[in-house]
Amino acid sequence: MTGAPRRRRAGASSAAPIPFVVLAALAVGFLALPLVGLLAQTPWRRLADELAAPQVRLALRLSLVCSLGAVGISLLVGLPLAFMLARVDFPGRNLVRALTTLPMVLPPVVGGVALLLAFGRRGVAGQWLDRAFGITLPFTTMGAILAEAFVAMPFLVITTEAGLRAMDRRFEDAAATLGAGRWTTFRRVTLPLIAPSLGAGTALCWARALGEFGATITFAGNLPGSTQTMPLAVYLALENDLEAAIALSLVLLAVSLAVLIALRDRWFPTA
Amino acid sequence: MLRSRFRPVAVLLPLVLLTAGCGGGGGQTEIKVFAAASLTAAFNKLGEDYAAANSGTRVTFNFAGSQALATQIQQGAPADVFASADVTNMDKVKDLVSLPQVFASNRLQIIVAAGNPKGVKGLADLARDDLKVVLAAPEVPAGKYAEQALDKAGVTVEPVSLEDDVKSAVGKVRLGEADAAIVYVTDVAAGGDKVEGVDIPADQNVPATYPIATVKASTHQRQAQAFVDLVRSAQSQGVLQSFGFLPPPIS
Repeated sequence: MTGAPRRRRAGASSAAPIPFVVLAALAVGFLALPLVGLLAQTPWRRLADELAAPQVRLALRLSLVCSLGAVGISLLVGLPLAFMLARVDFPGRNLVRALTTLPMVLPPVVGGVALLLAFGRRGVAGQWLDRAFGITLPFTTMGAILAEAFVAMPFLVITTEAGLRAMDRRFEDAAATLGAGRWTTFRRVTLPLIAPSLGAGTALCWARALGEFGATITFAGNLPGSTQTMPLAVYLALENDLEAAIALSLVLLAVSLAVLIALRDRWFPTA
Repeated sequence: MLRSRFRPVAVLLPLVLLTAGCGGGGGQTEIKVFAAASLTAAFNKLGEDYAAANSGTRVTFNFAGSQALATQIQQGAPADVFASADVTNMDKVKDLVSLPQVFASNRLQIIVAAGNPKGVKGLADLARDDLKVVLAAPEVPAGKYAEQALDKAGVTVEPVSLEDDVKSAVGKVRLGEADAAIVYVTDVAAGGDKVEGVDIPADQNVPATYPIATVKASTHQRQAQAFVDLVRSAQSQGVLQSFGFLPPPIS
C-alpha cells in the first residue's frame, strides 16, 4: 500500500475526487464495523472457558482434520491439474478450466446437493461405492473433507496455474538441456520457482476449506465429532448460546487474519 | 476526473437511491411472518387466503427452525408476526412480542422411505445398527420433542446427523441418505409419495404446541394482528387440519 507504484510522484494522492474519499470511507466502515461488533461483544473474561468447552475443542479438532485433509486432496490432484491447464494444450482445455472454476461461483449449498446426487447413497457414483465397497460418504468425516475439497480446490488450481504461466520457462529448458528428465525438472526447477504461488494457493485453499459451511452441512450433515466443523458449530451455537458462537467466530477470525498476514507480501507489496 | 460542480451530485445520488429504496412502493404494505419450518405448506396457503381478504397487504414468510427465528427476532430482525413450534422459543422473545396464543398442535411420527423397506415398526427399531437415523438438533423444537419421545420409550439412538431444522431431516430421508427420522405428522403428509409415516403410540408421543404472537416492534400492528386473527379463525383451523395439524390442546 505505502508507495507501491514508484513511478508516481509523492503527493499524487490529492488527486482523488472528494466523493471518492467519502464513499471509500463508507466502504471501509462497512467492512470494518462487523469486526468491531464481534470484538465488542466478545466475552473476553470467559473466552478461555468457552474455548475449552468439549464441543468447541471437538469442532476445532475436526475443522483442522477436515481442512488439512481437503488441502491434501487438493494438492494431490489439483497441482497436476494446474500443470495440465498451464502447460499442456489438450482439447477442451477451456472447458476444463471453466469446470474447475465453477465451485468458486456456485452457491455452496447447491454444491452440497450436487455432491449428494453424485456421492450419496443413491447417487450416480455413490450407489456403486456402496455396492462394491460398502462405502457411504454422507454423514462421515470423509464426506466433510470431500465437501470442503470440492469448494476449496479451485483456489489452489487457479493460483498455481497463474504461477506456472508467469514463471520464466528458460530455466526448465536449461535443465532439460543439461539432461534432466521431466520429473526431475519439475521437482528441482519448476516447483521451487512456483513455490510462492503454490504457497499462496495452498493458504487460500486451506482458509476456504476452514470456513466451508453450506456444502458441508448439506452433504455431510451435522454431528459433533464427526461432521460438525467450526462454522457449523458457530451456526448452531448462535441459536442458543451467543457467547459461545462469538468465541468460535473469533478463532476463525484469528485464523483468517493469520492467512492474510502470511500472504501480505504477495497481496500488498511494500517494496 | 470529477469537476467541482459534479461533486454534490456524486455524493447525493447514492443517498437518494438509498432512501428511495426504503420508501416502498406507495400503498402496498408488506408484513413479514417468521414461522417454524414445519408450518411451511400450511402457512403458504394461509398467506394466499390473507392476501385475498386484505388487498393492499402482502405477506412474506421467513421459514426456519423456531430457535433460529427467535434469535433473529432478539437481534432485531424486522418481523411482524412470530409463529413458533414450541413454547420455549416463544418464551425466549416474550418481552418483544404481544401475548402469545396457541393456535395448533402437532404430533411426532417416524418418517421412512415409501414401502418402509427397513421394516421400522416403532421407536425401539431406531436403535438398530443397520439403520441410519437423523434427528433435528436438540436446539430445534422437533429435535427436543424427539429426545423426549425417545426418553419416554427408553430408547437410545445414535443419530448420524443432527439437522438444523425439521425439513432438512425430512430431506435426508426423501433423498434416501437416511433410513428414518423423527419428524411431525404434518411433515410426513407434506413429504409426498417418496415417504411414509410410522406412528408413535400416544404414551411415547410428545405433543407440539404452536403459539403465535405479533411482534411489538412491528410498524404494521393492525395488519399483523389481522394475520394472527386469520390463523386463529375457524376457517383457517380447517386449513391447518387439512395439512395434518391438530386443534390447540384444551388447557
